[in-house]
Amino acid sequence: MTPRPVTPGDEAPRTSEGRFDVPILPLELRDLCFEAGGRRLIDGLSLRIEAGPRTIVLGPNGAGKSLLLRLAHGLLRPSAGAVLWRNRKVAGAGRGPRRQAMVFQKPVLLRRSVAANLEHALSLHRVAGAERRRRCGEALEATGLSERAAQPARSLSGGEQQRLALARAWALKPQVLFLDEPTSALDPAATRTVEEIVQALHRAGTKIVMTTHDLGQAKRLADEVVFLHRGRLVERAPANRFFREPQTREAQAFLAGDLLW
Amino acid sequence: MDNLLAAFAQAFGLLISLDADLLEIVGLSLRVSLTAVLLAAAIGLPLGAAVALFRFPGRQGLVVLLNALMGLPPVVVGLVVYLLLSRSGPLGVLGLLFTPAAMIAAQVVLVLPIVAALARQAVEDLWQEYEEQLRSLGSSTARAIPTLLWDGRFTLLTAILAGFGRASAEVGAVMIVGGNIDHVTRVMTTAIALETARGDLALALGLGIVLLTLTVLINGGAELVRRWARDWAP
Repeated sequence: MTPRPVTPGDEAPRTSEGRFDVPILPLELRDLCFEAGGRRLIDGLSLRIEAGPRTIVLGPNGAGKSLLLRLAHGLLRPSAGAVLWRNRKVAGAGRGPRRQAMVFQKPVLLRRSVAANLEHALSLHRVAGAERRRRCGEALEATGLSERAAQPARSLSGGEQQRLALARAWALKPQVLFLDEPTSALDPAATRTVEEIVQALHRAGTKIVMTTHDLGQAKRLADEVVFLHRGRLVERAPANRFFREPQTREAQAFLAGDLLW
Repeated sequence: MDNLLAAFAQAFGLLISLDADLLEIVGLSLRVSLTAVLLAAAIGLPLGAAVALFRFPGRQGLVVLLNALMGLPPVVVGLVVYLLLSRSGPLGVLGLLFTPAAMIAAQVVLVLPIVAALARQAVEDLWQEYEEQLRSLGSSTARAIPTLLWDGRFTLLTAILAGFGRASAEVGAVMIVGGNIDHVTRVMTTAIALETARGDLALALGLGIVLLTLTVLINGGAELVRRWARDWAP
């Protein structure tokens, strides 16, 4: 299955989402802290994410990769610090710009048909009528799920469910897509398909920010690497440099396969 | 023993010949209970969902209250609705006492807590699973209510069937507020109570068979819903 690249912004849909060509990036995380249960899980993290390169967030388990994505996406409210989109501070959880989407490790699909899952997401973005049908069809085709449109979403295989989650994100035409270990539960074939869809989204102009603990996957996909350890940003570098000559002791140990804690 | 057999034979006779009195009673029963359940669902489903999703002072108390009210004794509901609708009561001017409308009102009070409490539980469970995803897609809490009610449709349908079972089987409330008036407010349960007391076992048995069949059908329906649900949410 080859995902068909689609150029977002080739039309300006009249929806309440805002026009695609009004950029929401760069995203800036400023001195971000997040505490839960008296423990500081994200500790003074500052990071600026620009449009363009695929950003892969790496780090050992518990480094705060998923939390970083959730804070950036607006699902969690930072204990301190700020999330800024295009220099504007986000007022609270869920108040960020709408042209961003997230794909979770375990996709949560509605107990409806495959197509109805896409329609629901589009209706939340107030995309209706012919435009909704067009985007549904396009997203299903891009993820190879056209044949499955009428099937109950929950009856799909694990790989297909994740493809549907990607189709849902695709249909929303996000400028930024956060992916939290999207292939960690999938077999190699399904992983490959998911990676192809991620690449197609990247080619279509969507900024990819993805966490993974699979170094092979990081090497295949990354343009730049953000390396976290214990809730701190330890190293950030272009991918080839990060994998060839990591600068910090922690990154060297991580790449060498040592246990980090 | 012969009496009993004769009564059964007569009861089947009434059923097979579609006896007019029997049909009228069954018809009124269904009309009252179905209307009550529809009203209770229209109020109870959004109410249960709202209690599940929103955080407000006294919420915990409301949850406990809803759960407790699921077991309301029908005679007490009948008594309360009677007091409200009686000539000297606050709603006496409506003149609803001893009408089917009063019976519907009493059954709504009985069924509403069942539907609301079960909906609250079902929606809260779904929300646990869906919240992050729905927020990520840009859903507000209020917008999540229709999403969750539809996705919980199988569980909720079972809750509604449970409510209908309760409404169609209760005697106490409809007896007190309806008065069991022939051709006006006589339903299956009140008729069975009366005809048994009067010794007209044939009609009582005939109605009893209909009521029992209805219960079996409701449970069959609930089983069908469960099977259907498995296809959509394995």
